[in-house]
Amino acid sequence: MARPPFERVVADHGQVVLRVCRALLGPADADDAWSETFLAALRAYPELRPDSNVRGWLVTIAHRKAIDVLRRRARQPRPAGSLPDRPTRGAEDGAPTGLDGDLRAVVEALPPKQQAAVVYRYLADLPYDEVARLLGSSPAAARRAAADGVAALRAALPDRTSPGGPR
Amino acid sequence: MTSTLDPRLAAALGGPTVDLAALRERLVAAAERDGLVDVAYREVDSPFGPLLLAATPDGVVRIAFAGEGHDDVLAGLAHDVSPRVLAAPGRLEPVARELDEYFAGHRRRFDVPVDLRLVRGFRRTVLEHLRTIDYGRTESYAQAAAGAGRPSAVRAAASACSHNPVPIVVPCHRIVRSDGRPGHYGGGADMKVALLRMETS
Repeated sequence: MARPPFERVVADHGQVVLRVCRALLGPADADDAWSETFLAALRAYPELRPDSNVRGWLVTIAHRKAIDVLRRRARQPRPAGSLPDRPTRGAEDGAPTGLDGDLRAVVEALPPKQQAAVVYRYLADLPYDEVARLLGSSPAAARRAAADGVAALRAALPDRTSPGGPR
Repeated sequence: MTSTLDPRLAAALGGPTVDLAALRERLVAAAERDGLVDVAYREVDSPFGPLLLAATPDGVVRIAFAGEGHDDVLAGLAHDVSPRVLAAPGRLEPVARELDEYFAGHRRRFDVPVDLRLVRGFRRTVLEHLRTIDYGRTESYAQAAAGAGRPSAVRAAASACSHNPVPIVVPCHRIVRSDGRPGHYGGGADMKVALLRMETS
């Protein structure tokens, strides 16, 4: 089977990769990570085995790019008094702030492994053996991290987002 | 093995669905800068329906009529040239402009570089000969075969014309049957007649 035109890859997986980048990095750095991911993917695409899981391959690249961004962030601490690292979401993409921002804070408060496990399993829809490979852990540990992470998020959900209801 | 996530959780994790147009534009610019767009393409309107234009860094490699199924053509380019195929309209700007001018009757010769890598051997020689046939002139298939150096290879010359990957710019429409009928054309016989009529008016 031949590889489809790369344009097809961008159309089919661009949205998921952006969600992964946003989940790992927040909206401010996600665009750069997305661009770097697809540029690296385009470079390597002719060598990709035609039977590969393209989404898993892209998410693997995005994972590495996100780590690069986090390392750069760690090396360059923002000077005191600068703007906050993440503006409220509403300022960036027109979504209402508030509930969404609260939940975002819960996501960020998750232990990194749980957060990544939830992102790879539930956002990128990767099987647990792929999630485990990305996390550098066993499939059982990956399954546990995803379950714990999603449980923590669900626990944060009901009383915060019941539409129209009292808090 | 599907997994679903509460949409609110999904939104909190990755944000809402967004328009990727701006990101795609950045990607294409960076890919062009790094020389990674092996095949750039875009669609343009023409008096004969939408045309797909594709170019390598060496030149225009493919022009496809609507009837050819543009997705199939792109899949073919991914297989035959390189899978690094991107909608990168900038590279096609010169040929799009020249085609506009040609269809408007303001251009008699195409100046954009052409990449004939999809064609080999005698067929390629035939296409190179076609490029020397001036606007408004026609040749028979036999004359085209002779012009390409093999007067007896009339059938092969006809086959080269019907497999021309860059029609209009490489003017296979200027090859007609010796009995005066237009003969086969990828864009349809009507289009061939219309182009020849335009060129002689």
